Amino acid sequence: MDDRAHLVRAAAIWVALAIVADLIVGFLVAPHMPPGNFSNTASDQTHINNVLALIMTPIGVGVITFLVYALVRFRQPPGPLQDGPPVRGHRNLQVGWVGVTASIVIVLAVLGTIELVQAPDSSAGAGAGGGQGPSPISRPSGNPLVVQVIAQQWQFTYRFPQYGGVETFSLALPVGRTVEFNVTSIDVIHSFWAYQLGVKADAVPGANNIAYTTPKKVGLFQIRCAELCGLWHGWMAAKGHVLSRAGWARWIAHERIANAPATHYLPPYAKVYYPAPLERGG
Amino acid sequence: MQPPNPREGSISRSARILCTLGGTLVVAALVGWYVVGYAISLPPTVPQARAAGVTNITVQTVASYGHQPHPDWVSYLVKNTQGQWVHSTIWQVPAHSIVRLTVYQYDGNSGLRNPFLGQPRGIVGGTMTVNGKPYHVLNPDDASHTFTIPDYGVSVPLKGVADDAPNQCAVTPCTMQQAHNTIVFEFRTGKPGWHRWQCFVPCAAGWLYGFGGPMQTVGWMDGFLKVV
Repeated sequence: MDDRAHLVRAAAIWVALAIVADLIVGFLVAPHMPPGNFSNTASDQTHINNVLALIMTPIGVGVITFLVYALVRFRQPPGPLQDGPPVRGHRNLQVGWVGVTASIVIVLAVLGTIELVQAPDSSAGAGAGGGQGPSPISRPSGNPLVVQVIAQQWQFTYRFPQYGGVETFSLALPVGRTVEFNVTSIDVIHSFWAYQLGVKADAVPGANNIAYTTPKKVGLFQIRCAELCGLWHGWMAAKGHVLSRAGWARWIAHERIANAPATHYLPPYAKVYYPAPLERGG
Repeated sequence: MQPPNPREGSISRSARILCTLGGTLVVAALVGWYVVGYAISLPPTVPQARAAGVTNITVQTVASYGHQPHPDWVSYLVKNTQGQWVHSTIWQVPAHSIVRLTVYQYDGNSGLRNPFLGQPRGIVGGTMTVNGKPYHVLNPDDASHTFTIPDYGVSVPLKGVADDAPNQCAVTPCTMQQAHNTIVFEFRTGKPGWHRWQCFVPCAAGWLYGFGGPMQTVGWMDGFLKVV
């Protein structure tokens, strides 16, 4: 069998396996692809993950197929080692290889860039859900609910500047309303990760990191610190709640009353609360 | 001329298997040594007795432990059921019960990094007492430490002693004659399990931002509530 016949046979196997694998990914894996559809940003991330999986699966199957084919068909027979035939350049193969891989990279780059710059409440998409720094390039058109996330070793607290600057231990959000997270830290670097919401933003002392999302469903979501931050990093987790609009209004009203004594001593709302002193004197 | 066959004179299969098994055993032993070392590095668990439906725990917070291996580290101590002070932050309490915590606070007031923690939360009645007086909130500047159990939503600021208070304690165990504040509050335990507690004031003197050493070491300003 000559080289072309080997190539055709291996390619035929690859195409058949790739179709089967993509069908499995599309119909069995995609419906369970994380992070799910709890918010518009999570839905967009799930969509991107599915697109990536459908593109990457044939590539992965191709690598394994040609590897296994080579191991089986071109295995060194017992006996003394012999040199293989000399390898010469193959212009069409090289051009095709570079062209296909470059096209895939460019398509993915365009896809990712479009996702990044989409307005968080646009009909076309929701943005990436990641921290965009203090001056986001992608902003919602409406009036979002501002929630300041204050990270500290080892717990997140939350401040609501539109509601008297009240600070809370727990986080609840109203369903269907765009939320603007302003994430900062008062000690070391943490990372605010609201998994089901598809939000992850680093919490850096002295910096404000803004991320947007719009919860789509009432329910619970998991909050974790995603940056190794010290002894209790692994325990820095909590559950957040997405409530109905009326339920959230009752929750924030209750929090304002319950935390009124502490609110009295809070500093005015600020984007950052730079920690001091640098070194503890005792 | 044929090139030399690399298969000839190579290590035998049995030797390779032996090396692989040996390497695996060494790695497993190292992992086991680390895990066991971590486990036995924890301070002892100090059981607390329940009387009349309430488990009383008495602790003291001190600016400096005063003994090896870290005489200048800030720390907690706890009384055992015999009334002796023990240097441990792992306390065993009954599940689904009320715990009354009495804190003899001997450290100075360094202030809260997050003033939000000046309000006691998650405790029975929402009120703590400081030297017998009820408090709904503590001026954040007056706090020395917090006692916080995040799993239970318990967070209580601990009032510090004045800088110029006479007869301050430097070596544990501190005595009732030395300058201190007495903070008392109650909270409810839940189902059995281990619940971490910690101080939320960066109180590690001499460390960057006050968050090194005793703040990062179980047995000093962090510990577990072992609920059984």
